[in-house]
Amino acid sequence: MRKKEKTISFAVEKVRKDFPVLGLKVHGKPLVYLDNAATTQKPQAVIDAVSRYYSAENANIHRGIYYLSEQATDAYEVARSKVRNFINATFPQEIVFVRGTTEGINLVAQSFGRAFIKEGDEILISAMEHHSNIVPWQILAGQTGAKLRVVPINDRGELEFEEFEKLITRKTKLVSIAHVSNALGTVNPVKRIVEAAHAQNIPVLVDGAQAAPHLKVDVQDLDCDFYALSGHKMVGPTGIGVLYGRRDWLERMPPYQGGGDMISSVTFEKTTFNKIPYKFEAGTPHIAGVIGLGAAIDYLTQIGMEKIRDYENELLQYGTKVLEGIPGLRLIGTARQKASVLSFVLGEIHAHDIGTILDRNGVAIRAGHHCAMPVMERFGVPATARASLAFYNTKEEIDILARSLHQVLEVFK
Amino acid sequence: MSSDLRELYQEVILDHSKNPRNFRVLKEANHKAEGYNPLCGDRLTVYIQMEGEVIKDIGFQGSGCAISKASTSLMTAQVKGKTQREAEELFGHFHQMLAGEKGKTFDKAKLGKLTVLSGVSDFPVRVKCATLPWHTLRAGLEGSAQPVSTESFSTEWTAG
Repeated sequence: MRKKEKTISFAVEKVRKDFPVLGLKVHGKPLVYLDNAATTQKPQAVIDAVSRYYSAENANIHRGIYYLSEQATDAYEVARSKVRNFINATFPQEIVFVRGTTEGINLVAQSFGRAFIKEGDEILISAMEHHSNIVPWQILAGQTGAKLRVVPINDRGELEFEEFEKLITRKTKLVSIAHVSNALGTVNPVKRIVEAAHAQNIPVLVDGAQAAPHLKVDVQDLDCDFYALSGHKMVGPTGIGVLYGRRDWLERMPPYQGGGDMISSVTFEKTTFNKIPYKFEAGTPHIAGVIGLGAAIDYLTQIGMEKIRDYENELLQYGTKVLEGIPGLRLIGTARQKASVLSFVLGEIHAHDIGTILDRNGVAIRAGHHCAMPVMERFGVPATARASLAFYNTKEEIDILARSLHQVLEVFK
Repeated sequence: MSSDLRELYQEVILDHSKNPRNFRVLKEANHKAEGYNPLCGDRLTVYIQMEGEVIKDIGFQGSGCAISKASTSLMTAQVKGKTQREAEELFGHFHQMLAGEKGKTFDKAKLGKLTVLSGVSDFPVRVKCATLPWHTLRAGLEGSAQPVSTESFSTEWTAG
């Protein structure tokens, strides 16, 4: 009997039909969209949900006592419950809507940070963080006199766990770490990190921007204290994201911004703040975005995050094999636990020249430092080219990427 | 391969990017400036030796994409021996060739070998790579201490 190659059944052609952008032609070639770590494309269901809100449900929430406002409020709060289920939070009140992961981290830095972090305290991050998980802590350090400590990574792009354990001291007041690295694709052992930090009573924030689109996130299982994610990286709208925070922390934290919705009562002498999560949602929120995010979660859940992970793993393995066969190509980020990302350099050829030639073949990749300049420095490269995969990508698209890279070599031979 | 790609990465450009001319630190330099496009990672330092009004010698160091490297190399070869004003004028024509307003012309004869970079105009996102050395040269001649960038969206305020 012929030995069958093990492949996962995944109806990718059917899935692709849900995404209008994937039918585009670029420079006369079919679009091969491989920049999913920057942002994902949107399925029609999400586009329709946003459009339906504006054309049939639009009203402000939590104020009107009329039909339309009740409808909008319901839709908004239903979406909150969808997020709760998606990441398995204990309570919907632990879901705070923010603009994105960046704002989620800034919220913790300013609210938690200014309440609980003092001069001489330490905040622990890793060498693979995105700028959005570095700069908010530097700002906080500047405000409070706290110090930023950085856990090194090895040549594969994996966290050096022993160094992490050594860097946890009595001074450490918060650990903030990426679940999946945007520049390297490394999946960090978040559960072990949380265990080690909690053993010293140190809370942990997880930057989940690159994880939520690719793996099943369970904040109770991870046992993390905060988890931030972005809607637009998981087939949802831009400008909307989530900060999960454990109830006991959120309740003890001061507000992040002041304004409408986040108060119970206001006089010029004294203001009483609203309950969580509203305490952290000042002003009219991005209602359409929240509803769109809810539709994105429905869409992903319908396919199933486990199925997505399995299929993407297969793509990643295939892509790794194909790229390793290209002369002079060096993968940056070869962690044993990886998701979605193929970052590479090609001989002496600059990433932007690669990007330009690929673009003329319809292939969209990212070229540059990926908002992770310290990672580039760690690997001694000014920039990398990065192909990042989503569940709507195909092996054929990876083949087109490889053919285009051969063309790059041809030009620069 | 598409013809505009072939135009962009033609022999002369690839040659200048692989074997850049005047790629050296100039000990006699009395002007110096840095150009840096952080998003790209293009980084270069231009060294200029002025003698009166004349650019007596020029050199550069740095790393970057083929376009920025070739453009810097070609620029140094072209401005050597020219006065500051002549170099400025050349930049004007060069800029017009790459990103100029429709209908306005540029002097092909004056640009000479620099016209090999005209293909960059079909790649708007790469214009900044080709103009970085020129902005850096200008900063050097004007004695600016700040590194120059051509990738910021708001370097200049334009009305209307």
